[in-house]
Amino acid sequence: MRYLIPVGVLAVLVAVFWVGLHRDPREIPSPLIGKTAPAFDLPAIDGADGRMTNKDLRGHARLVNFFASWCAGCQEEHPFLMHLGREDGVEIIGMDYKDAGPDYQGWIKQRGNPYRVVLADSEGQTGIDWGVYGVPETFVVDARGTIVYKQIGAMTPEAWDKIKPFLAPVAAAAPQ
Amino acid sequence: MRSQLLWSVLFAALTLVGLAGNVRAAETPLSADQETRYRGLLSTLRCLVCQNETLQDSDAPLAADLRAQVRMRVVRGESDADIRRYLTDRYGDFVLYNPPLQPNTWLLWGGPFLLVIAGLTVAFTFVRRSGKRAVAAKVDAEALRRLLEEEK
Amino acid sequence: MIPELGHFALILALAAALVQTLLPLVGYWRRDARLLAVAPAAAQTQFLFVLISYLCLTYAFVTKDFSVAYIAENDHSQLPLIYRISAVWGAHEGSLLLWVFILAGWTFAVSIASRGLPVALSGLVLAVLGVVAIGFQLFILLTSNPFTRLFPAPLEGRDLNPVLQDPGLAIHPPLLYMGYVGFAVAFSFAIAALIGGRLDTAWARWTRPWTTAAWCFLTLGITVGSWWAYKELGWGGWWFWDPVENASFMPWLAGTALIHSLAVTEKRGLLKSWTVLLAILAFSLSLLGTFLVRSGVIVSVHAFASDPTRGLFILGFLAVVVGAALTLYAWRAPRLATTAEIRLFSREGLILFNNVFLVAAAGAVLTGTLYPLALDVFGGGKISVGPPYYNAVFVPLIVPLLILIGTVTAVPWKRGRVGDTARRLRTPAIAALAAGAVVPFALLGRTSVTVAAGAVFAIWMLIGAVLEISQRIRSRRRWQDGLAQVPVGAWGMMCAHIGMAVWVLGIAGVSTFSVEKDARLKPGETLELSGYAFTLVGADEQPGPNYHAQRGTILVQKNGQNVSMLYPEKRLYPSQQRVQTKSARDVTPLRDLYVALGEGYPDGSWSLRVYVKPLMRWVWFGGLLMAFGGALALSDPRYRLARAVAAREAAAAAQTA
Repeated sequence: MRYLIPVGVLAVLVAVFWVGLHRDPREIPSPLIGKTAPAFDLPAIDGADGRMTNKDLRGHARLVNFFASWCAGCQEEHPFLMHLGREDGVEIIGMDYKDAGPDYQGWIKQRGNPYRVVLADSEGQTGIDWGVYGVPETFVVDARGTIVYKQIGAMTPEAWDKIKPFLAPVAAAAPQ
Repeated sequence: MRSQLLWSVLFAALTLVGLAGNVRAAETPLSADQETRYRGLLSTLRCLVCQNETLQDSDAPLAADLRAQVRMRVVRGESDADIRRYLTDRYGDFVLYNPPLQPNTWLLWGGPFLLVIAGLTVAFTFVRRSGKRAVAAKVDAEALRRLLEEEK
Repeated sequence: MIPELGHFALILALAAALVQTLLPLVGYWRRDARLLAVAPAAAQTQFLFVLISYLCLTYAFVTKDFSVAYIAENDHSQLPLIYRISAVWGAHEGSLLLWVFILAGWTFAVSIASRGLPVALSGLVLAVLGVVAIGFQLFILLTSNPFTRLFPAPLEGRDLNPVLQDPGLAIHPPLLYMGYVGFAVAFSFAIAALIGGRLDTAWARWTRPWTTAAWCFLTLGITVGSWWAYKELGWGGWWFWDPVENASFMPWLAGTALIHSLAVTEKRGLLKSWTVLLAILAFSLSLLGTFLVRSGVIVSVHAFASDPTRGLFILGFLAVVVGAALTLYAWRAPRLATTAEIRLFSREGLILFNNVFLVAAAGAVLTGTLYPLALDVFGGGKISVGPPYYNAVFVPLIVPLLILIGTVTAVPWKRGRVGDTARRLRTPAIAALAAGAVVPFALLGRTSVTVAAGAVFAIWMLIGAVLEISQRIRSRRRWQDGLAQVPVGAWGMMCAHIGMAVWVLGIAGVSTFSVEKDARLKPGETLELSGYAFTLVGADEQPGPNYHAQRGTILVQKNGQNVSMLYPEKRLYPSQQRVQTKSARDVTPLRDLYVALGEGYPDGSWSLRVYVKPLMRWVWFGGLLMAFGGALALSDPRYRLARAVAAREAAAAAQTA
């Protein structure tokens, strides 16, 4: 009977590998899920919008999207973000990660602005505080300012289907 | 002459993009102790965007940013545990090359120990059983010889 | 035309492999010796076709045929010839063809050497080798074909990865693959024994040389790989416990256990089913390594470009081959058990313990490598397992082994007496402890707990190895007679164990006392480290065949005396837009000086990283000694089958006379 142990071990390993083949070993899940959004205090790129801090992330659910003009994935997701921001009325806060003002202006002028406000994280410190390791990354922050979901990589319709339920209250809640 | 200039420009451009290696000189020099702590920490922290490299060896821009963070905290006098916690709060345990001892790593740390115990147990049992078998075989031979003697 | 020829040759090789597998298996089942005898011819035909296929791919590389997709990805018009030849194995598809080529080579060798074996055994062995060949050839033909054409053909190739443009590429992968693939032969012998239901000491005697040869190559491959990474990657490290490195180390550990287990089986007919299991394990770990490296399931700098489809194929192949082997083991191995007794305190008993620790070590490395994946699969989160874990876990497992190596020479086969052994080892033990105190100061000028311990173990093993030989010499009245009758295999064992000693001491020294320093220097400024002064003399431009380099000139001095001039470089490969650091080293048996160039600044200054690494060369010299020991053991005439056949024939002739 003990001679069957090696085959048994092999069977378990093969099963683990089979599941593992469908996973991405480089994807890092966020330890911030379920925690309050990390503190930040950033100026808006458009001076007229002033500054914003984490305390302003209350009242209703919204998306916080880290992007940059030098990032290819951000270009891919931009049309869909436009659809979400402009047509579906989803509030998206843009975090311009390690970008230069003029580059951003040129980029956004070409493509349109889906964001309610864009903050300048020029040093990337806020990115680090939010555990960003590669743009684009999008966080879903609920009405109490808690992070409830993190989308790694470009926002796609499939990903949006998973995120939609978190933002349902947006439609129901009257503007606070 | 012009091609030399072109090469230099190309080099400089790539260097600026950070591909040229991460041997950067320090702004404020570290004391010997701080230097040891700093290097020690870096060699056990993982670059998050690389294919399995430490923060120390990586060329990636994010790695450079995180190195700067670690350095600043070493200078500020924070403990190794605090610095590690700073990083795991943001990136999870993935950033540590030395997996912490916690419920989801008990099997990892205990595994090799269990393997040795299991191996030694199997080896001892095997040896003892082989001894018993040999004794049994010998006893049989003895019994057989005696029987044959009695027959005569 | 040539690439198509290569592709077609590979298909023919597959056909030959099918014949090599199916006919002997049918022949064994039907007890038809003629079908069994087809195996060697089929094997040799397979080798011929694989050779043609491999040469075609090499030809396409050398002639820079960019219409072939694989060559367009990895070749370049300015790539030097040596790299055009070695670039064949620089990426996934070509390295698989190398794998298949080397397997065909081993198969060819077995087909020739097994003329002295019973035809049933050799037929089965070649059939199993055929199964492995079929699997890999199908893998290439169905998912990873290096001969696919690219239309339209680009005018210029993307060039070989700059990291690979180093002489190390020419030797490391072929050596490594010779080792990995070589364990397939031991595997085949094991399966043949299980199918036949019989395993005797003759089987062990036939299997041993193949296993030792594979082990030799693997030792060399790992040693060269470590040396190459050290000089090429620029961070002064020589082993990172990276999953791909582990994938080569695990078969090595299992292979070392197997060599020792085979010795026991040959000498005393014991541990038969354990030896068979080890043979299956060693090759399974090779296959596992292939899976890990090419499937994308783990993250590594060494991994080939990943593709889940390919991963699925290899996983399926692994499951079928290893699953069938282990199922056969579960069914037939109980039959192989002996009634002979094995005593705890005997040479074979100690070798059994050696096996326990070696396999536990392999298991520990496997655990560390697979744990992040397994944890993620079971929803436990994502963690990383790196050098701190492996060092913490591996060292305690190896220490008992080191002690055993020095002990075993004082313990005879069959039955040892603790009192005798203790008496014989008393002086060696004292000498080892004394060495632990003295040797670190002699070599390094200082000591630490780790280095002292390393010295104790190293001297302990050295004495044990030498004692083995001296015992044999003194077994005759005249030492000249004693010396003459020492078998080559015993010299090999001594050499390999001394290699271990050198390796251990080197690791202890280099991991404890390596130092490094970064600095930014203007020309003329000096950096001091460990008593050496490194002065940046200047930097200039150096064009190369397919790169452009900036080269620094560093003068190294000690106590005012010039030690050497070092020329580290930063090379820009325009075809890949990559900058490659080329370190410069000054090497002596006692220490390495290592310099890597960082960034150049507008004011003419450069950032540098400098290392002083004591006893670095010992690590690789130890590996070379171990491999040399294995080669010596291999050359032992006891294994010359021709002689065995001749002896048998002579005996038969004497009988009939």
